[in-house]
Amino acid sequence: MKVALEIIEFKKVYGTYPAVNGVSFSVEEGELFGLIGPDGAGKTTLIRALCTLLKPTSGSLIVSGMDSNTDILAIRNILGYMPQRFSLYQDLSVEQNLQFFADLFKVPAIHRTERLNRLYQFSRLESFKKRLAGELSGGMKQKLALSCALIHTPAILILDEPTYGVDPLSRQEFWEILKSIQQEGATILVSTAYMEEAELCDRVALMYNGKIIEINPPEKIKAEYPYPLYRCEGRDMQKLRNFFKNLEGIRQTQLFGNALHVSFSEKPSPGDWQKWQKQSGGDLKNWIDHEPSMEDVFLYLINQEIKDE
Amino acid sequence: MSEIAVQTSGLTKKFGDFVAVDQVSIDVKRGEIFGFLGANGAGKTTMIRMLCGLLKPTSGEGKVTGLDLYAESERIKQKIGYMSQKFSLYNDLTLSENIDFYGGIYGLNPTDIEFKKNQLLADLQLTPWRDKLTGTLPPGFKQGLALGTAMLHDPSIVFLDEPTSGVDPSSRRAFWDVIYQTASRGITVFVTTHFMDEAEYCHRISIMSTGKIIALDRPDNLREKYKLPTIQSVFVHLMRQASTH
Repeated sequence: MKVALEIIEFKKVYGTYPAVNGVSFSVEEGELFGLIGPDGAGKTTLIRALCTLLKPTSGSLIVSGMDSNTDILAIRNILGYMPQRFSLYQDLSVEQNLQFFADLFKVPAIHRTERLNRLYQFSRLESFKKRLAGELSGGMKQKLALSCALIHTPAILILDEPTYGVDPLSRQEFWEILKSIQQEGATILVSTAYMEEAELCDRVALMYNGKIIEINPPEKIKAEYPYPLYRCEGRDMQKLRNFFKNLEGIRQTQLFGNALHVSFSEKPSPGDWQKWQKQSGGDLKNWIDHEPSMEDVFLYLINQEIKDE
Repeated sequence: MSEIAVQTSGLTKKFGDFVAVDQVSIDVKRGEIFGFLGANGAGKTTMIRMLCGLLKPTSGEGKVTGLDLYAESERIKQKIGYMSQKFSLYNDLTLSENIDFYGGIYGLNPTDIEFKKNQLLADLQLTPWRDKLTGTLPPGFKQGLALGTAMLHDPSIVFLDEPTSGVDPSSRRAFWDVIYQTASRGITVFVTTHFMDEAEYCHRISIMSTGKIIALDRPDNLREKYKLPTIQSVFVHLMRQASTH
């Protein structure tokens, strides 16, 4: 496999604050690679540096064999980038914005109609194509921005939280487009706050405090969750949560509307559950094994990091 | 106090020929966390604006905390809190100054503001941060404080319009802890979100498509009804179905 992106000991320091503090990894050609992490972890800084918009303080970034410090224009030629806040032309219509970006990226006329139709299908913006971009709702603006970024197919596509504020169905359809762009051979690096999107990537890197604390395929990351996790139901969930919080050997409690998720250091015995049912005064009604989600693992890994600091 | 916080029947809003909200009937109970889901442009914001007394309905009926949407919209405004992803505290004011500022806007007197401030900061375990700049707070806490600030005037309902867009999972969980505290005090929480895991946090959810409510139930009942594993898949299924009709 050839390497599309290679990040070697990359550091970016603002004043005395290290936004990214020594990160090394590589993304293979044709890979769909996800970047997740809490706000302020350094995701956007890393992305902007890969797009030649920031100079590293130290280390290097190699994009398709070219150095981001020296081959800036050549890199920009093969790279598509969608920033977190995209600047659309508010006083152009939906259609004019799309045509403008198609012109800018020299999309051949013969491909245009087909591509526009596909993008309209995912964005459901066709019936709004005469509307000014400035008059769209927030989520629709984001979908238009995405469509503009996807109007051409660069060799490497870098997207910074592209689905911010986009509804679940459009998100799913957007990811179907991403997958088909990947199948056409493009390499994609995408950051996201939606954990179900992280699960659609080939590999995911979890960033925290300027470092990468985990990098693996999603199913491998999910298998790392070490604690037995249960979903409990009952009467007064807030009271039930406080009850579990005060028990020994509880790792985490989390309310999920009409249910409570509890993780334990060790698997409780049937006797434990019966005892708790009595002790909770009937608040605990039933419990069942629950498979950890990407989010559970994300929080677990970050808590491990905080403890180690 | 009435046990029904929001009640609408056939509520409709048209802009010219465009029907943004089409015959919507819902009941939301006191202390309920009600999730209001839908595609971008489905009419969620229009619905919330009507319920907040900011927009007159075209037809249909509606009451918020027992007050009529047509005749008592000014009184409704005093009874509700509103927060969106765009509602932001001033980063360059301290926590204390932000609370003073918004307390003033809600017309509270300085003694009340001081009392509420101490209570709010204690509830959020932010008392040590009182004189720190708001911009230095971690995002989840900032959202929690923004919500607390939107409730300084003791509303009976809060409307949260995508309060966690762009907020990471750990911050979102911290924020939801504040929502649960709020609801357990009997305050109704009406929340829109595009995070389907958050939809699972709600007591009941409704799903809106082109102005209409196409599903309304407890998250677990919806999963069972459509035999699908997650609310994400229920949402996608219903939206696809709605768009082929």
